[in-house]
Amino acid sequence: MFKYLPHTQKDIQEMLEVIGINSLDDLFSEIPSDLLGHELDIPKAHSELEIYKRFADLAAKNKYLIPFVGAGAYDHYTPSVIKHIISRQEFLTAYTPYQPEISQGTLQYIFEYQSIISELTGMHVSNASMYDGATATAEAMFMATNVRKRNKILISKTVNPNIINVVKTYALYHGLEVELVEEKDGITNIEDFKNKNSNEYAGIIVQNPNFYGIVEDYSDYRNILDETKGLFIMNHDLGGLTILKTPEEYGVDIAVGDGQTLGIPLSFGGPYIGYLASTKKLMRKMPGRICGVTKDSEGKRAYVLTLQAREQHIRREKAVSNICSNQSLMALFVTVYTAVMGKEGIKEAQANSVNATHYLYEKITKLPKFNKVFKHDFFKDCTIETSLDPKMINQKLLEQGILGPLSIGKYDESKKNLLLFSATEKRTKTEIDKLVNVLEAL
Amino acid sequence: MSKIVEGLYYTNTHEWVKVEEGFAFIGITDYAQESLGEIVFVELPEEEDQVEAGEEFSAIESVKAASDVLSPITGIIVLINDDLEDAPELLNEDSYENWIVKVEIEDKTELNKLLNAEEYKEICE
Amino acid sequence: MYYDKLIFEISKEGRKGFSLPKSEFTSHKLENELLRKSDALLPEVSELDVVRHYTNVSFKNFGVEKGFYPLGSCTMKYNPKVNEDIASMSEFNMHPYQPLESVQGTLEIYYETQKILSELSGLHTYSLNPYAGAHGELVGLMIMKKYHMDRNDLLRTKVIVPDSAHGTNPASAVVAGFESIEVVSNSDGTVNIDSLKELLSDEIAGIMLTNPNTIGMFEKDILEIAKLVHDAGGLLYYDGANLNPILGLARPGDMGFDIMHINLHKTFSTPHGGGGPGSGPVGVVEHLVKYLPSPVVKKVDDKFIIEDTNDSTIGQVSHFYGNMGVVIKAYTYLLTVGKENMGNIGRFSVLNANYIKESLKDDYLLPIKGICKHEFVFDGLIDKSEHVTTLDVAKRLLDYDVHPPTVYFPLVFKESLMIEPTETESKDTIDEFIKVMKIIAEEARNTPDLVKGAPYNTVVKRLDEATAARKPLVKYRDLLE
Repeated sequence: MFKYLPHTQKDIQEMLEVIGINSLDDLFSEIPSDLLGHELDIPKAHSELEIYKRFADLAAKNKYLIPFVGAGAYDHYTPSVIKHIISRQEFLTAYTPYQPEISQGTLQYIFEYQSIISELTGMHVSNASMYDGATATAEAMFMATNVRKRNKILISKTVNPNIINVVKTYALYHGLEVELVEEKDGITNIEDFKNKNSNEYAGIIVQNPNFYGIVEDYSDYRNILDETKGLFIMNHDLGGLTILKTPEEYGVDIAVGDGQTLGIPLSFGGPYIGYLASTKKLMRKMPGRICGVTKDSEGKRAYVLTLQAREQHIRREKAVSNICSNQSLMALFVTVYTAVMGKEGIKEAQANSVNATHYLYEKITKLPKFNKVFKHDFFKDCTIETSLDPKMINQKLLEQGILGPLSIGKYDESKKNLLLFSATEKRTKTEIDKLVNVLEAL
Repeated sequence: MSKIVEGLYYTNTHEWVKVEEGFAFIGITDYAQESLGEIVFVELPEEEDQVEAGEEFSAIESVKAASDVLSPITGIIVLINDDLEDAPELLNEDSYENWIVKVEIEDKTELNKLLNAEEYKEICE
Repeated sequence: MYYDKLIFEISKEGRKGFSLPKSEFTSHKLENELLRKSDALLPEVSELDVVRHYTNVSFKNFGVEKGFYPLGSCTMKYNPKVNEDIASMSEFNMHPYQPLESVQGTLEIYYETQKILSELSGLHTYSLNPYAGAHGELVGLMIMKKYHMDRNDLLRTKVIVPDSAHGTNPASAVVAGFESIEVVSNSDGTVNIDSLKELLSDEIAGIMLTNPNTIGMFEKDILEIAKLVHDAGGLLYYDGANLNPILGLARPGDMGFDIMHINLHKTFSTPHGGGGPGSGPVGVVEHLVKYLPSPVVKKVDDKFIIEDTNDSTIGQVSHFYGNMGVVIKAYTYLLTVGKENMGNIGRFSVLNANYIKESLKDDYLLPIKGICKHEFVFDGLIDKSEHVTTLDVAKRLLDYDVHPPTVYFPLVFKESLMIEPTETESKDTIDEFIKVMKIIAEEARNTPDLVKGAPYNTVVKRLDEATAARKPLVKYRDLLE
């Protein structure tokens, strides 16, 4: 007997009799015997007590470092309320809302989530969420090339290189071409964009704040794209949208990004959540699920998955994407975070992060071996030049329990002296000063 | 039994064609709308688009299904029925009254390859 | 009382539900043209407002812990509590850029999980990166494509998918840049060998199969299929959606599959979370290991490292390392079940399915007779004289507090009702389900309108889906207009 398997010997016998067979082995008699009987070499069954012991041992092998890096994963504060709500079995143990009459809970929070994404981005419609910001960006590329029936896309070099890599991978196998637009002084080189832009391209993908943390001004992009009927895709930090100019205000067609900045724990990179929002015109070309409002037969307001004819379970090979459901529980996470932090709370958390990052930037760049490099203003990541070896810096910081900056040289050899730092609202002055002191001593 | 109108041309993929002065009005049959169920969206092509016989030029979505509409003939689309944008359910109400596109016929002989009402009826049975 | 308020509708200007420390830093002001013009319309509520709101919203949902959830092809087994407790240990909540030497515990979890998945499936090595089943399929097909590209075998542009397959299979094939072509199924949903032979050529990149298939039947000829496909130069992809019934008993690798994904949220008990996050690790045979996306964790001199496969891999498929938070739950489950119990997962999931099938076949039409695996399909009621459909039966089940089976899938039957009980359900629960299904069959004969009008006990009744799709209202602001 085993705790997750409830059958008694008597149950098994009775069931076999109803089926009309003699033994459990008879249930597998059609499987060729060559395929059966492999002796498994896996760990023995652990009792719950042994499980806790095992994981305590594993936990002891991890060493927490205070992060001074963001670059796509930010150490924001997570209010206690969220964990309790998303652990409710009604949310946690349900599957995707196939039966709307008993899934109104899931459908309602998806509707609230979509409303929040629409409010933050300014876009008309959001889908029910995707895996992460990078894959959502790749999906946006598919959507754009599909809508425009063009197989090339532009992407700015100031987009996070990991996102560029994911976009390139998706493009390669799908048969699309990705052309990079050059960077100049930490922002997209608009002259290079103008030169490259043509009606062979479905559009351009940019990021805000960009990889270097800089808040780019994309005001001129809409007009340039209109000349070639190109689509404007912007990857934007979700939390930052409480403060920064929205994709809609820039005239964006598809807004995407990661929702991790709304309090989702770092969790070594996942689960996070990707968002994708678009215009009314492109609504039926969007990938993923969409929830809508309707009425039941008695006239009560209710929620339902809608526009399903776009999806793979109906369109099969003609579907706009192969995604099946959504990153639902993380959509609930983002929704509850937004509810509890509210209109003012998110803004305050983001603003405090910006302030902390600027404090860090000013302090570090006063040190002799660290310099300012770009002239543009930035959000909660900042790029600093150093004359020291980045590897050595991070090693020294590690010894002090600090997770140091990302070395940009990892992605671009010509930028091997650039470091990407970040601070969130969780970082105190004492912590930042300690970081600065360690750096000063190098 | 679904409705079949005499005097129209039909395809075995359930489209109909009505010819008037060198132009073809194209729609879906009653049988097609019935099998789709409640129609919620009609994806319309653009005027001046070229269509090829046997190739898709529109897609129709119902709550739980989607179906491409294939052009019975080759030609240029001169008019689209944009009433369907706001009221796709018109196809459920009367699929013969509500055409989807009007096409300038390029090659009249293509019409000979289509089915008449009698032949189409056999397909639906 | 039916609670239908949106969080926006209980908002009051000036209320707050958060507390942050006072900022120690001077406020930085960005240039005005970089800022949004007006505030987003976001809720302003107290902490209790939030808790009470979502508690009431949760009451409108049905989860595995409330009752029986025999949703075919979704493997809605019990999601153990200890998994959740382990996954929320703060020691595993690390920034993904932490140096590998500081996350050896996490890497060990990845390494051990990779190893157990390999052993259970018979494939050489796994990458735990893919986020979900569909993501795993896409990654697996990219591996298939890269393999042919590297051999300069560029003609191979087609992937064979059975007509009974999940819609995701053909959709993934197209996203990976293949053309999807259908192989005809036999009446029991197994691959028709003659049809397969006709399709095989030097244009075939591979075939995607589930085994047992969507109808719950084991592909008996799998060894012959594998030989045919391999001889024709193609690869075999195993969709792990239906791995549960053969868990600990038979292995896709031994059947001749080259690439597969496993749904940790199905087979290995991590919660479905209303649709995600899941996890869809991809495993491959030895000669394809170099194509796997990072991370592939290796053990070198008692240290865990992430192997650098930059030169040969298909490329980067997600921002970081996949859904670590899900992997850790699956590893907890794998250790809990262990070697002693693994085979019984498969055995009891199959026992339960067959018991239900045999108990209900006098009331519901069983198109495919014989022993099934973890799931099976009824083609609606036997007695269709009152025109009670599968949808009606499903809606009536709601009144009896049972989550309905999967309906109208697979597409090969008109009135498909696809039942997958899983191994964690007791005979008592299953007997209760059988009783309810029989009552509904009787209601369909005697009081058909009662069934056609169901559900009666749910918070909302049948919904107007057509209006929702014709005039989509997709956000709170749409309701204000």
